[in-house]
Amino acid sequence: MNSAEEVLDLYFLETRHKLLDVAAFLDRVERAGGTGDFRMQALKKALALLHEEGGSRAEAILQCFSDPTREPVDKAPGKGAAGAWPGGTGA
Amino acid sequence: MKYIEPHAHMVSRTTDDYEKLAFAGCIAVCEPAFWAGFDRSSADGFRDYFDQLMLHEPRRAASYGIDHYCWLCINPKEAEDLALAREVIALIPERLTSPTVLGIGEIGLNKNSRNELTILEEHIALAAAHEQLILVHTPHLEDKYKGTALTLDALEAHGSIRPERVIIDHVEEHTIGMVLDRGFWAGMTLYPDSKCSIPRAVDMLDRYGIDRIWMNSACDWGVSNPMAVPRAVLEMKRRGWDAGRIRKVVLENPAAFMSQSRHFHTGIGT
Ligand SMILES: [Zn+2]
Repeated sequence: MNSAEEVLDLYFLETRHKLLDVAAFLDRVERAGGTGDFRMQALKKALALLHEEGGSRAEAILQCFSDPTREPVDKAPGKGAAGAWPGGTGA
Repeated sequence: MKYIEPHAHMVSRTTDDYEKLAFAGCIAVCEPAFWAGFDRSSADGFRDYFDQLMLHEPRRAASYGIDHYCWLCINPKEAEDLALAREVIALIPERLTSPTVLGIGEIGLNKNSRNELTILEEHIALAAAHEQLILVHTPHLEDKYKGTALTLDALEAHGSIRPERVIIDHVEEHTIGMVLDRGFWAGMTLYPDSKCSIPRAVDMLDRYGIDRIWMNSACDWGVSNPMAVPRAVLEMKRRGWDAGRIRKVVLENPAAFMSQSRHFHTGIGT
């Protein structure tokens, strides 16, 4: 297992770069007038999870985007996936 | 470093990709049957596809010194039409004796529908009846967590499926725990935009250990990289992994799982 310093040496610049992409994306959506789209709502919920400690942020964010139900659906609504669960917005 | 690519859709790749795999140290590729990016109009489309997997791809791979194996099924994206799915399943039993067929796969769920689940259960029964290994595709993105849970339930409900003969592929941080805890093998798919990045895959190895787990590129007709496994090797080296642990993940583990099929014959040496 690497030390925290080694992890920073390996990944800090890459992570900084990805964070700026997230920030620029949020600015882009705002410039476009903003939206209450369920994907945006899920993304905002997920961003808040970055502050959680305990070493399971990736898992928590994946759960945040996931369909938590257990019953099969009656018919497949097409083939694709949106990346966030429309039922998760509380809307 | 010698490695096995345990999940690749080579029918979608150019011959140049076989050459790249060979240069990178790949000694075997395993190709599950899946969706072609469009729906086939009849079972005949699958008959031809199975021939491509069983006859044509092994020849293409052999010219680069790579062994090619395949898995047969109708994939969940085309399983909503029960009549078509059952026609395709009927093609499978006589093909299971073909010398490069490793088992039934990649079966599973896509949108977690009742028909998909019915066809998954019929595939599980087929595998049990013919004592075949199973390779499971788990759904994408928001559907993965639910689909993985439903799939594990269906496998356990059958009653005679041994979890060590089943690999649940495309696991991520929210599904890997349930897969390993219930005794199944787990596959991590290294994709650029969805599924799992290479650093996250190595994180999961750090957290969950290196038993009953493999990594694959699943390179197909979509955005994907056939060099993902060699890149993961580089990532493990950057993090200071020793050669023995890397070899276990990318070579010994896939060989151990697939050697449970009498059709797998690739020697990995020492
Ligand atoms: Zn696949």
